[in-house]
Amino acid sequence: MFKRLREFNEQTVTVNIEGEDVRVPLGETVAAAVLVHNLGYTRTTPISGAPRAPLCMMGVCFECLMEIDGLPNTQACQVQVAEGMKIRRQQGVGGSDA
Amino acid sequence: MPKTYQLVVIGAGPGGLCAAITAASLGLDVVVLDEQPSPGGQIYRGISQTPDDRSALLGADYQRGADLVAAFKASGAQYWPQTTVWSLNSRREIGILRQGRASIIQAERVIVASGAMERPVPFLGWTLPGVMNAGAAQILLKTAGVVPAQGTVIAGTGPLPLLVAWQYLRAGVKVKAVLELSPGTNLWRAAPYLPGALVAGDYISRGLKYTLDLNKGGVPIYYGVSRLQARGNDRIEAVEYGWDILGSDRRETIITDSLLVHFGVIPRTNLTKAAGCQHIWDRGQQCWRPQVDRWGNTNVPGIAVIGDNAGIGGARSAEHSGRLAALEAARSWHLISTQQRDRQAHNDLKWLRKDLRVRPFLEALYRLPDSLLVPPDDEILVCRCEEISAGQIRQAVREEHGDPNQVKFYLRCGMGPCQGRQCAPAVAQIVAAENKRPVADYTTFRVRPPIRTLTIAQLANLESSES
Amino acid sequence: MKVDVAIVGGGLMGSSTALHLARAGQKVIVVEKNSPGRHASGVNAGGLRRLNRDPAEIPLAVVAAQMWREIESLVGSDCDVQLSGQVRVAENAADLQKLSERAALVRSLGFEHEQLITRERLYQLVPALAPHCVGGLYTAGDGFARPYHALTAFRRQAQSLGVKYHTGFPVTGLERLGSCWRVVTESAKFEAPILVNCAGAWAGQICAYLDEPVPLKVGAPMMMVTERLPHFLDPVVGAASRKLSFKQMQNGTVLIGGAYLAEHDMVKETTEIDLTKLSASSQTVLALFPRMANVRIVRTWAGLEAFMPDRIPVIGSSAKHPSVYHAFGFSAHGFQLSPVVGRIMSELILNQKSSLALEPFSIQRFQSSG
Repeated sequence: MFKRLREFNEQTVTVNIEGEDVRVPLGETVAAAVLVHNLGYTRTTPISGAPRAPLCMMGVCFECLMEIDGLPNTQACQVQVAEGMKIRRQQGVGGSDA
Repeated sequence: MPKTYQLVVIGAGPGGLCAAITAASLGLDVVVLDEQPSPGGQIYRGISQTPDDRSALLGADYQRGADLVAAFKASGAQYWPQTTVWSLNSRREIGILRQGRASIIQAERVIVASGAMERPVPFLGWTLPGVMNAGAAQILLKTAGVVPAQGTVIAGTGPLPLLVAWQYLRAGVKVKAVLELSPGTNLWRAAPYLPGALVAGDYISRGLKYTLDLNKGGVPIYYGVSRLQARGNDRIEAVEYGWDILGSDRRETIITDSLLVHFGVIPRTNLTKAAGCQHIWDRGQQCWRPQVDRWGNTNVPGIAVIGDNAGIGGARSAEHSGRLAALEAARSWHLISTQQRDRQAHNDLKWLRKDLRVRPFLEALYRLPDSLLVPPDDEILVCRCEEISAGQIRQAVREEHGDPNQVKFYLRCGMGPCQGRQCAPAVAQIVAAENKRPVADYTTFRVRPPIRTLTIAQLANLESSES
Repeated sequence: MKVDVAIVGGGLMGSSTALHLARAGQKVIVVEKNSPGRHASGVNAGGLRRLNRDPAEIPLAVVAAQMWREIESLVGSDCDVQLSGQVRVAENAADLQKLSERAALVRSLGFEHEQLITRERLYQLVPALAPHCVGGLYTAGDGFARPYHALTAFRRQAQSLGVKYHTGFPVTGLERLGSCWRVVTESAKFEAPILVNCAGAWAGQICAYLDEPVPLKVGAPMMMVTERLPHFLDPVVGAASRKLSFKQMQNGTVLIGGAYLAEHDMVKETTEIDLTKLSASSQTVLALFPRMANVRIVRTWAGLEAFMPDRIPVIGSSAKHPSVYHAFGFSAHGFQLSPVVGRIMSELILNQKSSLALEPFSIQRFQSSG
């Protein structure tokens, strides 16, 4: 579980995380936004289906792969939130039910 | 023909920024490529946007970055943020991805400053959600003010776990424990280097300050911890560890939904490996790094590597090595003479020599035992992407797949989206241990472009000529 | 130990030859430069293809196809064989004409495996294909396997029958000693009455040692592989007038080849990927599979392979020396032939004749008595 140190007063955007509209600060990465939203896991592996979550936050571990605006295998820690962005967990290889 | 640039600096951390500032001041035409939206690298991540209160929380070291960024902005160097470098070859052709478009640019000279990454150390349960690198947690703090909501346990080696714990303490985040996994015997091994280390500034005094503050703040620090394990089903529920206290080996458990781990940092070598630069095993730092001379030059003409990318030295060393590489670049175009280069390099070289004296102490103090470098249990997942265990890798070696690349061919270990970044060191260690040979006899996986994934459409629409 | 046969090269051809000889009771050693499968045998595209073979190779490929169907009985592993067919796509009337002439040629040689298919059948087989295609040439029962796994299976089966691999021994010379050949390496010498050259990209060097030069050229075909995708493709897809080999592996990744060559360095044994050529390869993929646009490329690679000027291999006895045999120069399509080549080599060595016609593959074709 993650939280913000304080309520933000910066400019915000609204993104949709797993069907839920969430207000997040502009400039934040998708990974940070979903961690605070407490999704628990952000993808399942294509092999065993094990749940995974962001590990490195700097683009080298590829554990934070999510479906962002319908595009699977997107590194959530490398993408900044944008107004209206649709963010979903990636299940396995992703894309099959999109 | 691709568009040509005189000097391309890859990475806008302290090393890259200093290289760019110096090179621009000497009259070079400089472009700095960086994947982040603002300069500073991981160490000063988000420095230009960080609110003052958060910045104060992070300490004086972090604020140093603000001055560096300001100097860079005034330097006249071109800055391309949010630019991913996905290829570098020996002809200094650089594949970049910018605003969704892939292109190739040509550099007459390249300074690679892509920095370091946290050393991946596989242990039981390290793939569970809720387990995160401590440096990653720090990035969350720096860029978003995001912290563990219900407290955390910080485990590993090196100065970073203490620093993160200290920053959390100041931020009011509960740290349930700091688990130090360096063997207690490291202290004795490090002791002979202490006199040398004391010359070199404030590393040690800062470490002591963090420890004292944590003690005062009631954060328990356990030394001599081993056999770390994260337990849980779909996410971490508890941390288990062995604790050798006064000769009695105990097994302890801490209930937690967050575990932050850190085992030091290692150079990011994908770019330099892809470019064909020579790499060597660094025994002190227990990692592979590009082989460079004092100016950062590699064996590939026109490609230099600086900062942590060339071997871990920290942010301040990176600044000096960046300046040295820039001076060498200016010399290569006869903008300054060899004598001028050497004269201007004097202070940087002196600083680096002095700083180098603290390294043997730190390396000995935070030296990782074999039980962390070579995953001891067969059940430990080594390749997170393809879910390959240490036992499978050992079995493959026994079946005469005798080097890391053969293990990769056979098991797909390292073939997933992270392209082997997380498993390469451990695979090489396991192969070496199984073959009973020193790890220095091996190289890690071969690296080829794209070193960051790019799409078929992006590659199909590759812009490689001036239009 | 008394050795009957020394094979230079521990790749697929060498290992298959070793396996067949060992099955016939021969004592075999394999002298390998670095490790088995380091180059072509380990990293090729794994195509099991009769479709569009050179007419001279068709009889071999047809026998090999049967052997792949029963590969487990030969090597104790299924080598991840997937026999989901191979198809060459026609994108226009000219392509279709080309393919129909090809089908007629194959039929005239007495083979039925290359079948012209209608547009409708094509889209049944490959629903993901771009809509402009008009038909194709299809070989059911072709497919693909995983080359490094196949090589490992051949090697381990050969080892279980007593074949000894000496790995890490680059050959530096060959000497004739009475009725024996001596294989010279820097740190060891190996002797055997019979010598087999399966040295792949280095086979030309072996021929040079034997004073039997061949116009072998080394090339490094590039390949790329994508992230895993949901299953969408069964057969291997090629095109009548484009450079493409396109297949979805069992794990969901898509393997893309197109015979575009990388830069290579024979001394350092390295290859350097040429991204502008891979860009062309990606354009081909997009033209035939638009759905691939946003799919990510995870890796690219290239392996060193031996190419002959006429794009067919050398298989057979030396024209200069007794007791020397060659199998090399498969010009980037040897994988499918590997089981049958081992059988042929063992027949040649043990009976001095082969059950299949080898005249087109004779090394003599490069030794015009001018």
